[in-house]
Amino acid sequence: MKNLYNKPPLNNPEKKLIIDQILEENKDLPGATMVILNLIQEKIGYVSKPVQNYVAEFLDVPISVIHGVISFYSFFTMDQRGEKNVKLCMGTACYVGGTPQLIDKAKQELNITLNETTPDGKITLEICRCVGACSQAPVVVVDDELHGNLTPQKFTKLLKNIQK
Amino acid sequence: MPNFNHPDMYQALFSDIKTNTPIKSPVYEKSGEIAAPTPKEIRVVLRNYGKIDPENINEYISQDGYQALLTCLTSYSPEQVIQVITDSGLRGRGGAGFPAGKKWQFTKNSPGEIKFVVCNADEGDPGAFMNRRVLEDDPHAVIEGMVIAAYAIGATQGYVYCRAEYPQAVRRMNIALKQARELGLLGKNIMATGFDFDIEVRMGAGAFVCGEETALMASIEGHRGEPRPRPPFPAVSGLWGKPTNINNVETFANVPQIILKGAEWFASMGTEKSKGTKTFALAGDVNHTGLIEVPLGISLREIVYDVGGGIKNNKGFKAVQTGGPMGGCLPEDYLDTPVDYEALAAAGSIMGSGGMIVMDEDTCMVDIARFFMDFIQDESCGKCTPCRVGTHSMLEILTRICEGKGKDGDIEELEHLSKVTRINSLCGLGQGAPNPVESTLKHFREEYEAHIYEKRCPAKVCRDLVQFSIIEDDCTGCMVCARNCPVEAIEGEKKQPHSIDPEVCIKCGICYNVCLFEAVVRQSE
Repeated sequence: MKNLYNKPPLNNPEKKLIIDQILEENKDLPGATMVILNLIQEKIGYVSKPVQNYVAEFLDVPISVIHGVISFYSFFTMDQRGEKNVKLCMGTACYVGGTPQLIDKAKQELNITLNETTPDGKITLEICRCVGACSQAPVVVVDDELHGNLTPQKFTKLLKNIQK
Repeated sequence: MPNFNHPDMYQALFSDIKTNTPIKSPVYEKSGEIAAPTPKEIRVVLRNYGKIDPENINEYISQDGYQALLTCLTSYSPEQVIQVITDSGLRGRGGAGFPAGKKWQFTKNSPGEIKFVVCNADEGDPGAFMNRRVLEDDPHAVIEGMVIAAYAIGATQGYVYCRAEYPQAVRRMNIALKQARELGLLGKNIMATGFDFDIEVRMGAGAFVCGEETALMASIEGHRGEPRPRPPFPAVSGLWGKPTNINNVETFANVPQIILKGAEWFASMGTEKSKGTKTFALAGDVNHTGLIEVPLGISLREIVYDVGGGIKNNKGFKAVQTGGPMGGCLPEDYLDTPVDYEALAAAGSIMGSGGMIVMDEDTCMVDIARFFMDFIQDESCGKCTPCRVGTHSMLEILTRICEGKGKDGDIEELEHLSKVTRINSLCGLGQGAPNPVESTLKHFREEYEAHIYEKRCPAKVCRDLVQFSIIEDDCTGCMVCARNCPVEAIEGEKKQPHSIDPEVCIKCGICYNVCLFEAVVRQSE
């Protein structure tokens, strides 16, 4: 068990401190598991297996409980993502409005496919559920920033800007 | 928190705020979706939308905010509050349409010291963003509605369960909660009346099924968001086994207005069984997309043509999709259907939470059915077999049909699977899953037949069934298509006619969209 703590992000003192803080502050909340995991995902960017183990030990629950939650919800990721997360909205309006074309364009532009990260670790390409900006379809979310009314041409420019 | 020891002091504070709060210019999102309401609209839930600064509680109070709560706490008994809501005929705005007053009464009647009020803000339907706007632009209306509900049923703790895709809504809600607490409108001894109630925001993590009430509660408790059989209903045994009242964002946002203006005023809008107004997220191929609020009973035609301004680019109307992925697609013949819970259900769709997507003639209905089935099978939590396997099998058949590999008997098999999945699934997700298939089969059967028997896609959407080519005479050789092609399938010199290499072409349709001379044509034969 000990050697698990030698793996990232637990071997990074700063990140470990953040995780410890999250655990300490929220452990007594009713239904703490979701709150804690959401915060770790937000602050660290992913919830790796060692971290799941660490949380399970701290909350004194079987790791299966933690892993069960992680694998159930699509927002939790178990590996590190790129610096920028490019999410293409796959809501109905965006799908009808041209997201499939944007995906083709992105694949060509970045030379990766969905759920992959560019070799330089800059961009991760994903599709996501409706972000509720349907009147601007098709929409792409870069980290928390929303870009609407995209065409393949505009999207190419956007990707070029991010890569800079 | 002001040191007030009598509710009257709050009345004075409110009057003071009302006279002294100038409404600053509204806080618009960068997107600027806001447009003035069209004549057919009545704004109740959206009355403050775009008008007030949602991060300033005084601006909400200046619009009669928290006045309804003060009235309830000082001059109504919990029974009277429930009576007003029951008389108004307000029904659950999450889609199922259960009478709100009745639900409150059930929760009140359930024995137990600890009770909860939960606001379902897990607006997962693709194409729906009504709740997001209410949470972001008028969060206090939801808080006020929740406190009134808590007073009526005797709850001490509330939760707002918001989906993780709406970080801005969570942020605004937390600001609003903090400001309400500071003014003594939330927390201990609310408005010096001795009533205690507090609210906490909990975030989902991207699971659509958590919009189902039992799954939502499991998620708040910190578990996998899997639904459980009902009964017992949440009103009897909900969060941590305690009686729990769950309502949608919009339901709560209606409550303060009903208390202020009276049940009769609310009941005067709408149809016999569906009272009041409903917000819809109008999207798709109409000229004016965005958020609308119309009295129930208005026809779909009025929404599409009068409010939405008709179909974009003078194209023909094909279908309107209501009720999200578990809703249905209604064709032109059904445009005069009044929008209320019963009429939409009778037409083969559902009211749902309020997504409304208009599709023009360029939309393939088989592809749409496949799209929704793909969504549902991905979001099926896997707990019950009919939903897990049924949706997967239906998706397989629909994918096959779209790829031009459909077989004789596929339509019948789809009908059979629809029936089995509908009847045997545990929760609303599986029970509603066949809706997109059944409604498109009912209204657009000929499109399925064209895909299966003639191997063509009438709307020219399904990639495996269309061919793109360039008409040499119309092509000016401007290179726009070649530059935009993601797979470099277009060849040709500048100012010379281009051609598409069918071996390389992935049929994405970008060239068709960018060509300024209509030289690229799609065929499906």
